[in-house]
Order: sequence, then structure tokens, then C-alpha cells
Amino acid sequence: MNNRSVLKTKLVASPYIVWSALFIIAPLIFVVYYSFTDAAGNFTFDNISALVKYAPTFLRSIWFGIVATLICLVIAFPLAYIISQKTEKIQRTLVMLVMLPMWMSFLIRTYSWMALLQDTGIINTMLGKIGIDPIHMINTSGAVILGMVYNFLPYMIMPIYSVMAKLDHSMIEACQDLGGNRLTVIRRCILPMSMPGVVSGITMVFVPSVSTFYISQKLGGGSFDLIGDVIERQFQQSYNYNLGASISLVLMVLILLSMAVMNRFTGDEEGMVI
Amino acid sequence: MKNNAIIDLKNISVSFGNNQVLKNLNLYIRDKEFITLLGPSGCGKTTTLRIIAGFVEPDEGEVIFEGKKINSVPPHKRQVNTIFQRYALFPHLNVYENVAFGLRIRKTPEKQIKETVEEMLALVNLTGFGKRNINSLSGGQQQRVAIARALAVKPRVLLLDEPLGALDLKLRKDMQVELKNIQQRLGITFIYVTHDQEEALSMSDTVVVMDNGVIQQIGTPLDIYNEPKNAFVADFIGESNILDGVMPEDCVVDFSGHRFECLDKGFAKNEAVDVVVRPEDVDVVEPEKGMLCGVVTSVTFKGVHFEIIVDIGGFKWMIQTTDYQPEGSKIGLFIEPDAIHIMKKSEYSGIYGDYSSFSEEFDELSDPSADAEEDEE
Amino acid sequence: MKTASRIYSALVFLFLYAPIIVLVLFSFNSSSSTSVFAGFSLQWYKSLFQDEATLRALYNTLILAVCSSVAATVIGTAAAVGIDKFKKGVARSSVMAVTNIPMMNPEIVTGISMMLLFVFVGRLVKNDSVLGFGTLLIAHVTFNLPYIILTVLPKLRQTDRNLAEAAQDLGCMPVQAFFKVVLPSITPGIITGMIMAFTLSLDDFIISYFTGGPGFQTLPIAIFSMTKKRVKPDMYALSALIFVSILLLLILYNLAQSKSERESKRRTK
Repeated sequence: MNNRSVLKTKLVASPYIVWSALFIIAPLIFVVYYSFTDAAGNFTFDNISALVKYAPTFLRSIWFGIVATLICLVIAFPLAYIISQKTEKIQRTLVMLVMLPMWMSFLIRTYSWMALLQDTGIINTMLGKIGIDPIHMINTSGAVILGMVYNFLPYMIMPIYSVMAKLDHSMIEACQDLGGNRLTVIRRCILPMSMPGVVSGITMVFVPSVSTFYISQKLGGGSFDLIGDVIERQFQQSYNYNLGASISLVLMVLILLSMAVMNRFTGDEEGMVI
Repeated sequence: MKNNAIIDLKNISVSFGNNQVLKNLNLYIRDKEFITLLGPSGCGKTTTLRIIAGFVEPDEGEVIFEGKKINSVPPHKRQVNTIFQRYALFPHLNVYENVAFGLRIRKTPEKQIKETVEEMLALVNLTGFGKRNINSLSGGQQQRVAIARALAVKPRVLLLDEPLGALDLKLRKDMQVELKNIQQRLGITFIYVTHDQEEALSMSDTVVVMDNGVIQQIGTPLDIYNEPKNAFVADFIGESNILDGVMPEDCVVDFSGHRFECLDKGFAKNEAVDVVVRPEDVDVVEPEKGMLCGVVTSVTFKGVHFEIIVDIGGFKWMIQTTDYQPEGSKIGLFIEPDAIHIMKKSEYSGIYGDYSSFSEEFDELSDPSADAEEDEE
Repeated sequence: MKTASRIYSALVFLFLYAPIIVLVLFSFNSSSSTSVFAGFSLQWYKSLFQDEATLRALYNTLILAVCSSVAATVIGTAAAVGIDKFKKGVARSSVMAVTNIPMMNPEIVTGISMMLLFVFVGRLVKNDSVLGFGTLLIAHVTFNLPYIILTVLPKLRQTDRNLAEAAQDLGCMPVQAFFKVVLPSITPGIITGMIMAFTLSLDDFIISYFTGGPGFQTLPIAIFSMTKKRVKPDMYALSALIFVSILLLLILYNLAQSKSERESKRRTK
């Protein structure tokens, strides 16, 4: 194609480029602007220095996020492997089953967990029927992490599965041919080859876990304040946008940094495995 | 000669970024001829084709079609059509609609479209395939649809970009014959691009050998084979032993430490030259009767003949002979004057010649410092 | 090994579906409790269809999802076609980096950042209630765009570059060649992206929560304000209905897909 028509074709991307400048870049600039100004619009470091107070909340969020991500990884990897070994038709059905819950409002599903976990809830009622004393589950840190794992598990299963499903079967056979037994094949061959999926799964679970605000309120009963809860309050209750912006800025920088580190492992610039 | 030229390329230069793909190329193409652009990948042959089709605009030079300059005429307004390397058939249309595509764009009446499509499908032996889905066709059938689609719009010139590359050997030979037949029956100009020298020699009226963005030689297949202009052409077309020689006078040449008679003249006294001897033109004789003498280092059975490599003073000759010569045996070589072809020295002198290995690539395989270059085309 | 993997899969799926089973079950509860099943009744389904606010929210959600996915599909497809022509380099990688931001950034940050922009612009034009359908539409289009671009781009890359040239060679103008040849061959990618955008928009709560206003309530927002109090099982009934309709759609989609696959397999034979 000659240069002129290539240029013309490039131009059709311009509405998007304008759009992304206005609604992706500009809002982020506003976050930075609000972080360093007070309500009257004067420059200040107060919002940033106020963050020290929230250090424990940050740490708790990160800790919960890491735990939830690891649990997801441990649950998802074997399942993704099992699914990828099935025939194509069964694979498609199982994948659909994994995705299906994601299409239901996560608010309702989380709320439904409340009904399950309550002291007089369904699980404890059932336990009571077989003579076990009720276990206190709701409003514990375990319940919050369970909510995270539950909500974000499909985001871990899907990328790992889609990498595994695409693995060239002859590579696995080559690994067996070179003398690997079943476990060695998984450890030396399938695990390293599914790393791109694992990395993408980790980011897809970690990011929403760290920044969630609804799960902790419902399943933690308000006693496990997470960073998302703090941000939400600044914008929906106390209307301190400047403080909210500065917390968001720090959260964003933290996450983008950790993603940059993670992306080192995959080195794929365009698009993650969805 | 030039007055029946349909296309004339004058002083064409093209660069992609820092890479100059064509360097001051001059070529005219006569009406109704079958002309082949032949060369290794990256030589600029496909770019030349794309200039004629209108997909590439040259940085310098003129593209002239029937006397009119068409440099900036877009592809859809040119009377030339292309058969693409992987056919580029439209997967969402069936065979009939693919062939009808160009006619529909031209708003041809439906009745005429039907007639033309059926005529074209008959021409390529695909009558009755109209309703078939493109993906259900074999490679050879897809190839035929591509030909029918391009011919349906009645081009003056058909451009073919390695059209047979994806087909297997036997089918390729059949298609060569068929393409040649179609070209003669319709009487239109075919410009054919290939890297397969055998294909080029067997189909073309004229062969244009290219390398590195420069035309190395233009001529009939016979000329190109018998009278290669330089070491590149000699090596690329067929097999050749290329040696350094000196011509003390007309019809005499010295190489490999022996003086030979030859038929070439017109060189300066004691001019250094490249000498080409085709492997099939060398006679194997008793060591004492030979003009040259050497040791057989390898023998390969090729069916019609044996291909033997003979070491003569460190230079590995390739010789084709019907008599088996065991490895390690000493043999003599006899070369008739008309088997020797003399070429002027060129930038390619010294690159080709000896048969220590068959390809340049093989030499590079074991050389980690050789950089893997990627092709723009 | 086989039984072990079966039991394992069954347990994981039980975990994934436990709350869904609970809510479907309790949507038929005759009492308003969400933990004790008192008896079968359809009363919550009845009251659902009498609740105008909920139906209104459902309608709003659908309108928003249709508008935002269509707009994002048009802008995003055009963007992908243009980006595809960008040479590898600074321009391309910075556009792709910006495209990835809404996917990588926590949703809450995307939400509040847009809210800040809208509120700021609102103050400029002296309008305190800017947040509403318009801002929601902008926000939804923005987070849908990357999904469209990232599904269409690979399709463009898979498309034979020569297709557009072949069409021009046969007499199409460049624009005509795009609509006649390139667009049909990337349509599956566009549709996949659009469905994804539609479902994302239907389901979005966090970003809508910050960029929407009281004037235009979507279903997730309505659910959220209800879960702040005690949830009545009519929300369960609504979720159960949504679940069943999505299930049906998916089954139909899969049937259609496997049918077309079978056909194409037969054709290639």
C-alpha cells in the first residue's frame, strides 16, 4: 500500500486517541492534581503526609491480596490442567461453567455468602443437624479472603487454562520422550510453559483484591477496613476528594509498579491473556 | 524492439526506510510476452511487480503504461491484475462470487457477469464449482479460482507473484503447462515472479535475473543459461563451476594451471576473467588422458546421473557423469572448447564457484557471527 | 488419579456455585428470611414485577449497555484498524500502553478519576448534577474500548494483508476494499468484542458507582443500595432470572457455534 493511504488509515484511530486523552489520561492528571491541592485549590503536601495514618490499612490490603492470590493460584492451577486435558467439547462446557458465575452481579453473590456464613446461616444450620457446634465465620478475616477468592477465582483459572489449552501436545510428548514421568512433565514442562497464564492470572486477581471495598464491608462486617473502603468513604461519605485522590494515587502507583515487575516475566507488550 | 512495449520502467529506485530495494532499474515489457522476474528472496522482484500493480510508488523514475505515465494512478484504475502469492481469495465469498467480484465493482449487468464467470471457470477447469466454499478447495483449486478471478476483469497484463510456490512438485509442473497455455490462448502479457530457475526457464519468453535490487541479465532462457553475464547468474541458473582465469589472447584461456582453447574473444590481453564450466559439459577420462587430474571426494546417485565432487588443486569441481567413479579414485577431466564460457569480472567474482558446500546458507549455519537477516518482502 | 481429579473439580465447582444455589433456592422461599427455608412460593417473583424502581433500573442498565457497547465497538474497531497500520515504535507502544491502563488500573481508581474529571467540569459549567446518563455512558465506553481493541487487533493481524490489495487490484477504491473484504473477515472478532463489552457494561458496579448519579440508577447500583439494608428475596428472584437467561443465551450460542463448526468441518472434508 502506498504511504498516503497508510496515513489515511492511521487517521481513523484519531477519535479513539482523542477519547483516550480526554477520558483516560486527563482523569489521571486530575487524580494527581487533587492529591497535591487542598479543597480551595492551593498546593499542599498535607494529603500525602496524612497517608501515614493509613499505612496499616495499606499493609492489610496488600497482605489480604497476596493471600487471596496465592489461594486462587493453588486452587486454579490443578483445575486449569484438568480442564485442558479433557476433550474439546467437555472443555468448552467446563469453561462456560467457570465463566458463568461472573455474569451475575457480584454484589448479590457476595451477599449470598453472608447467608451461608452467618452464625445462624445455612452452613451452621447444616452443621448443627449433624451435631457440630456452630463455627463463627462471618466478620472474620477468613471470610473476607474467602470472598476475594470466590469472586476472583475465575480470573485465575481462565488465563492459565487458555495457555495450557494452546500448549503444543508434541512438546509434552517430547518431554515424556526425554524421560519425564507424569510429575516431572508437569513440573519441568507444563509449569514453565504456562507461566504467561500464571502471571496474567496473578495480576488479574491481585489488582481487584487489593482495591476491593464491597467484600470487606459485607463479609468483614466493617472491622477489616481495606484501602478500597477508605477511598470509597472519601468520595461517597466524607467528600474529601483530595485525600481520596492521594490514597488512590499511591494505590495506583503501587499496583502499576508491581505489574511492571510482573510483566518483566512475560515480556509481552500487547494485551494480556484474557 | 521497444515500440511494442506495453510497460516501460525507467530509472526506478525504491527504498523502504534505509533499505534500498531497487536501484535505478530499467525494464520494458513487450505486449503479449511471458516475462519472468527471477532472483533470490529480497532481490526486489516482488517490489518491481508491486510497482506495476500500483501498490508501491517508486521514489524516483517513471512507470509508463502504453506511453502514459502512471506513477500515481491507484491500483483500482490500472488495467493490470495480480495473482497473489497465497491467492488472497475472499474467504467470506464462494467461488462464483470471488470470480464475480471485480465485475460487480464495475457494475456489470448480472447476465454478463454470469456468462463471464462461467467462461472463466471453464477456462480453469472448475465448471460446477461456483457454489463451493473457498476453504473447501484444495491448494490447486484455489490457485485456479485466483486465476479466474483476475482474468474475469479482462486485464491487459497479468502479474503473478510466485503463484505456484504453495503447490507440490507434480502439481506445480502441471500448472506451469496450464498457465503457459492460458497465456497463449488469451494473448495477454504475463509478468511472472519466481525464485525457481527451472520454472523460469521452462515457461518464459524472456527471463530477467535480479539480485540486490539490480537487474543482472535480461534474455531468452537459452541465452541466460548458455551465456551468463556474471558469476551470480551462472551460479543461480543451473549448476556451475566458476574459476578464476586469465585470457592471454582471443580463444585461449588459462585456469587451474592449464591452458584451454575456447570460443570467446574480445577481451583485453591477459585480462583476468571468470570461467564457467557446466557440470554436464565435463567428460571423465583416464587420469593420464585428462587435461586436469583430481581425486573424487564424494559420489551421489541422482537417478539420471552421478554427481561427483572432484578435488583439483584444492578447488572442488562438480561433475555430472553417467559412469560410476568410486570415492578416492583418481580421474582425468576433458573439457571441449565450447563447454567453456568466459565472463568479465564483476562484484560477484570469488563469491561463488567451488562446491565445498552447495549453498551460502550452509556455510553460515555453522558461523554464529553471521546475522540472520529478515526479508522485507 | 482420575477419581481424585473428578472429586477436586466437583469441589471447586461446588464452591463457585454454592451462593448461586442458595440464592436460586431462597428466591422461592415463602418467608423473607435468607437463611431458613420456610416453604415454596412465587411471591418474590410477583413482587419483583410490581416493583417499578427495579424494572426501571433494569431498563436503564440495558439501555446503557446497548449504547455503550455499540459506541465502543464503532470507535474501537476504527481505532484497531488505524493502530494496525502503526509501525512498531514509540507511537504504537504508547497508544497500546494507554489502552491497557483501564484494564490494569483498579476499577475504583478508574471510577474516582473519572468522577474527579466530571465534577471538575460540572463546576466549570455551574452544574452540580452532571453525574447521570451522560457521564455513565462516557465511563462505560471508556472501559469497554480496550476490550474491543484487543479482540479486533489480533483478527486484523490474522487477516491476509493481500486481501485488501486483491480487492483494490480488482477495482475497489481503498475504502470500498475495507468494507467489502476486510470488515467481513474481522466481523467475528468485532462481535466477540461487542458481546464482551455488553456484558461488562451490564455487570459493572464499581465504576458506575462513582460516575453515576441519583437521576439514572442502574441495576447493580440499585442492588447495592438495597444490600445496604436487608436484602429481600425479590433481589434473589431477579438474580435467578438473570442467571437463567444468561445460561440460556450461552447454551444457544454454544449450540450455534458447534453447529457452524460441524458444517465447516464437513465442508473442508
